[in-house]
Amino acid sequence: MKISLNKKILDKNEECALQNSEFFADNNIVCLNVISSPGSGKTTTLSRTILDLNGEVKIAVIEGDIRTDTDAQKIRATGANAVQIETKGSCHLSAQQVSGALTAIPAAEMDVIFIENVGNLVCPSDFALGEDLRVVVLSVPEGDDKPIKYPGTFAKADVILINKIDLIDYIDFDLERVIADIRAVNDKAEMFQLSATTGQGMENWYGWLKSKMNQS
Amino acid sequence: MHETMVAQSIFETIVGQANEHKARAVEAIISCGQFNPINDEVLNFAFDLLAKGSVCEGMKLHIKHIPLSAVCKECGKKFDYDVYKPGCPDCNSMEFDFKEDAPLLLEDIELELIDK
Repeated sequence: MKISLNKKILDKNEECALQNSEFFADNNIVCLNVISSPGSGKTTTLSRTILDLNGEVKIAVIEGDIRTDTDAQKIRATGANAVQIETKGSCHLSAQQVSGALTAIPAAEMDVIFIENVGNLVCPSDFALGEDLRVVVLSVPEGDDKPIKYPGTFAKADVILINKIDLIDYIDFDLERVIADIRAVNDKAEMFQLSATTGQGMENWYGWLKSKMNQS
Repeated sequence: MHETMVAQSIFETIVGQANEHKARAVEAIISCGQFNPINDEVLNFAFDLLAKGSVCEGMKLHIKHIPLSAVCKECGKKFDYDVYKPGCPDCNSMEFDFKEDAPLLLEDIELELIDK
């Protein structure tokens, strides 16, 4: 006896992601899922974004890490709301964890919510969290082979931030190759070269972010 | 992909269906896309562990890797994109327009009624 199901396999996560996504839509929030290797500068990028857009955009951050609330503390130091999810070993955030975290901050009052995923270029890309947009951060010191090694993560990005661009003269990093390798898996993502430490190129990222707020 | 999580998810669904129909499961068809690929060996290993002693024991999983349809931006060639050899088959260009990648699906299951 054949039974046709055509059922999404990670459906429990997908259902919860859909509920999160409805919450964001109902409250006119743009939610961005930020994915990268450990140490690419996600938290620094978000902290600078919050400070530079202070008074203009209400931002909160959901932080995901295996251990510690170090990143949430860094975000709170900017004056923004942050909630830390300690995954205690899990290598990616799930939609259920995000749903719980949303109750710990005044989420409905926000314009933008960033979810900083666990630093990992593999697993987070397979788990929808209900985000509107996916941000991938690639930093120059990580090396120019990351897009070709982790195609799934780069394929699903809406925007790719090439961070620590101020270090490009000191590191063997072929920017043209990176852009070509990204284009070989993703024909749509916007790419911005920036440095969250020096501030170089950040205004292009802010312009993109604001254009997405106007669409929501 | 998280093959153990995928194995657990499909195992629960198949056991539910088998019990509902008072049947044992014989095979299942699973499909995935190019950017959420399943490692067949790991999924089979994890599933076999779960299936032992259940209505799924001895089941065969057919895992379909669905190609991603792409159009070369250089020469217009339409082709099935393979993440492991992504270049355009005609002109070797690496810039394409993609169709949507296939989702991770449990498509069909084959059940065999248990004789009373």
